[in-house]
Amino acid sequence: MSTLHFVALIPFIAAIFIPLVYHKFRHIHTGWFILPIPLVLFVYLISYLPTSDAPMATVKNSVPWVPSLDIHYTVFLDGLSLLFALLITGIGTLVVLYSIYYIANKKDEPLNNFYVYLLMFMGAMLGVVLSDNLIVIYVFWEVTSLSSSLLIGYWFHKEKSRYGAQKSLLITVTGGFAMLSGFTLLYVMTGTFSISEIIALGDVIVASPLFIPAMILILLGAFTKSAQFPFHIWLPDAMEAPTPVSAYLHSATMVKAGIYLVARLTPVFGGQAEWFWIITSFGLFTLLWGSISAVRQKDLKGILAFSTVSQLGLIMSLLGLGSAAFHYDVVDGQSVYTVAILAAVFHLVNHATFKGSLFMIVGIIDHETGTRDIRKLGGLMSIMPITFTISLIGIASMAGLPPFNGFLSKEMFFTGALNSTTIDVFNVQTLGFIFPIVAWVASVFTFVYCMIMLFRTFTGKHQPEKLEKEAHEAPMGLLISPIVLGSLVVVFGFFPNLLAYTIINPAMQAILPGLLEPGEQFYVNIYHWHGLNPELFMTMGVIFFGAFIFLNARKWQETAFYLKERDPLNTIYDNGLVGLIKGSTAVNDVQMTGRLRDYFSFMFVFLILIMGYMLWKTNAIAIDLANTAHISPYMYLISLSLVIATLAVPFVAKRISAIILVGVIGFLIALLFAVFRAPDLALTQLLVETVIVVLFLLVFYHLPELKKESFKPAFRISNFLISIGVGLVVTLTALSAHAFSHENPISPISDYFVENAYALAGGQNIVNVILVDFRGLDTLLEVLVLGIVGLGVVVLIKYKATKGEDI
Amino acid sequence: MRNTPVQLHVITRIVAFIILAFSVFLFFAGHNNPGGGFIGGLMTASALILLYLSFDLKTIKRVIPFNYSKVIASGLLLAIVTGIIGMFFGFPYLKQFFDYFQVPILGEIELTTALPFDLGIYLVVVGFTLLVILTIAEDDS
Amino acid sequence: MEILMILVIGVLFTVATYMILTKSLLRVILGVVILSHGAHLLLLTMAGLNQGSPPLLGEDAASYADPLPQALILTAIVIGFGITAFMLVLAYQTYKVHKTDNFDELRGTEDD
Repeated sequence: MSTLHFVALIPFIAAIFIPLVYHKFRHIHTGWFILPIPLVLFVYLISYLPTSDAPMATVKNSVPWVPSLDIHYTVFLDGLSLLFALLITGIGTLVVLYSIYYIANKKDEPLNNFYVYLLMFMGAMLGVVLSDNLIVIYVFWEVTSLSSSLLIGYWFHKEKSRYGAQKSLLITVTGGFAMLSGFTLLYVMTGTFSISEIIALGDVIVASPLFIPAMILILLGAFTKSAQFPFHIWLPDAMEAPTPVSAYLHSATMVKAGIYLVARLTPVFGGQAEWFWIITSFGLFTLLWGSISAVRQKDLKGILAFSTVSQLGLIMSLLGLGSAAFHYDVVDGQSVYTVAILAAVFHLVNHATFKGSLFMIVGIIDHETGTRDIRKLGGLMSIMPITFTISLIGIASMAGLPPFNGFLSKEMFFTGALNSTTIDVFNVQTLGFIFPIVAWVASVFTFVYCMIMLFRTFTGKHQPEKLEKEAHEAPMGLLISPIVLGSLVVVFGFFPNLLAYTIINPAMQAILPGLLEPGEQFYVNIYHWHGLNPELFMTMGVIFFGAFIFLNARKWQETAFYLKERDPLNTIYDNGLVGLIKGSTAVNDVQMTGRLRDYFSFMFVFLILIMGYMLWKTNAIAIDLANTAHISPYMYLISLSLVIATLAVPFVAKRISAIILVGVIGFLIALLFAVFRAPDLALTQLLVETVIVVLFLLVFYHLPELKKESFKPAFRISNFLISIGVGLVVTLTALSAHAFSHENPISPISDYFVENAYALAGGQNIVNVILVDFRGLDTLLEVLVLGIVGLGVVVLIKYKATKGEDI
Repeated sequence: MRNTPVQLHVITRIVAFIILAFSVFLFFAGHNNPGGGFIGGLMTASALILLYLSFDLKTIKRVIPFNYSKVIASGLLLAIVTGIIGMFFGFPYLKQFFDYFQVPILGEIELTTALPFDLGIYLVVVGFTLLVILTIAEDDS
Repeated sequence: MEILMILVIGVLFTVATYMILTKSLLRVILGVVILSHGAHLLLLTMAGLNQGSPPLLGEDAASYADPLPQALILTAIVIGFGITAFMLVLAYQTYKVHKTDNFDELRGTEDD
């Protein structure tokens, strides 16, 4: 285990101690104990950043976990994982700090739950980005889904929180399952779960017929997690989570897990037409859909949620566009399509900074005014000047205005989209012209919702009567984190090349391996002024049209489209859920009748059908009369007695006779065991039978006299038929198996026990040696069962159920 | 049961102890001959049941003051701990060892770690059987 | 011999199934007991009957009966013992509380 292994594990280990710390130091906000964890990890990870222009060294370190299944806990650190790990720990530190002031340490506030979930998420997310093994990634992936759902439902007394939590869990976990199947297909194709080895086997995968299914299944996982259309509907409902969670999971980190996965697997699937088309078109459509939906939100967090959806679509589409780079030669560290990947990586960082700060700002507004509804807010500019300043920076960056970092990445996005018109692989020339148009339209709407956010909140008339609290500027503690993020927006805006060779270039090399000569680097030089190029005109058009639409807001805000806030896709989800429950109930009602007899009938009939069908289908029925042991005359007697005793059981009317008859059967069986050279069995059976009879007699007084069962004829006949069927099927199977074993002799595994019982275990009673030595664990578990049954009996008897209550 | 026949008591006492002695023999014989923890345990249990049946609950409870839940627990513990011992020496869980020793009077005997394991099974079986029967019987009275 | 035993096993299974399908709790328990007898016998029969001496090395025989099914059955007998005991206690307590062992009467009504 290297130190890197512990990076993902430390949050989990720390989480164990949270409840303890919470209860021990009740008066201190638990968040203070958490704060050092992401901070230390962040500082540690910083040390991996490449210092000079030298390319970043990748680290790979493996610890076997389940070696027989090729599952190893392998940490893999390259530019891409480092970028994400820094985001997770960096934003994590700020979010924890923010949460300390956001969630007050009140008596009924389960802070311990909150921070356990948060740490769980942090560890799992680090695990996702630092692992090389697909199965390990999957496990951590599902833990992020789980912790996200738990955090959304943190205020579980609210109906909406529970709804959002369930929705996010259902959608992301379904995607996770699809992804697991995709991973398994990758394993089928390549024989390894290691991503770095799979990348090396790229040709095998492309040639395989499983290529498309694997790709689609994996993309389902990525799209559900990263809220791509039509799976984005969980994200707006996830806004029920406390705002620090929204800022952290649902904008900066977790929703980017899908992006990470797509970027990570680009070397495997990239360069294929299907990959290019699916990701680009879904990304662009999500971008458009998200921005249009954001415009009609009245809740500030709703706007940000749809804005996140749309920005995720933007990054996704850039990754799709950039995957075409595999078809172009890289000259001087750049080609037509590397710019899209460059934009994707850069925008990933930018989005985390401006969206993180905006979420925190919205949290502050909610905290200080008691509402997030833009219809109630207004005129906060003079009341909350610091908040306003940070919002202005964040929103300007989100809208793509210079000189902030959002402008730079948006310009590059336009470049990427425009380049698609010049591309000549994948038949892009047919439909490629649509890409820049969609990108532009979406940007107009982005501009509009940015304006709505800014002006409806901070300008206009202040309406204190509509607010729950008297608005005032937030305390410093709440402001620190958004200020840090806001300043990063400015810093990255003015000095984008700070990131160029430390973060962006290593990440690009991880996404697009093999395009560069050894020692070469991608050309990353981001600057504001490119001359009067089409991108600049597009931006100007965005500002112009966006302002036009915003200024005419009164007109279109009357339309039905604007008034309907919820995404229409939700009806599919809601009705689907209701239908699922109805369908399950219907199936359940047919199956679960509450009658033991029905359940047994199902089982028996199924047994008859499946065994009978297989016997008939494989033509297996056979009787071998030749190879049988000799029958002594007294055996006929024993067998006859056994048959008579057995057949008599259903007919006796008195319970005591029935019990004694069953006892007789047991003793006859013991006799058979003795005859068949099984002394241990005979002894055990004898003793068990004795004890059982004593038990039967003990409870005897309390059991009712067997009533003559008044069955309907149909009931009786069906019982009769089922029992005959079971008997017949068992007999036929046994006969056929007996005949089969003589035709195909297989040496029994018990020879090993016979040979080694004395040599290895020092015992001569082979049965006993098997029980206590060779198969000791089975025996141990068996007596464990006895112990559990004993407990059950005591509980059953000592628990005095009142009349009518179920036991 | 006030009018308990004296003969039954006398016979039970003798028979029960013969069965008990035999059950101990079966338990120890288990490794090389028919017998072992299950069989020994069941036989011990039947001897004790015989005692309970012919005398009354209270009398026997005074004579054999065992809490059978604890008997089950100690049996399980013994079996589990025996299995763990081998792990300290780098062997897999439940690895059993044996060796032969010269003992005065008895001559050569074999000692094996399977014996305490089997004893655990024995205790669980005895405890279980009597626990079930006594719980019902006590509930009854 | 095997054929004869298989036929006996068939009878055991048939009767056990019939008992399990009835409405009385006691009969169901008896049915399960018979079913486990049938299963034990089936296991033993499938390994071949009357081959060699008992699996005790002290016998010093040329061949031994297959010890593995015997070990399996021994385990099954003890587990079956536990299950039977549990079901009996369940039946006992059910009857004490509900005064019936008829499944139709035990089902209760829809609203409880």
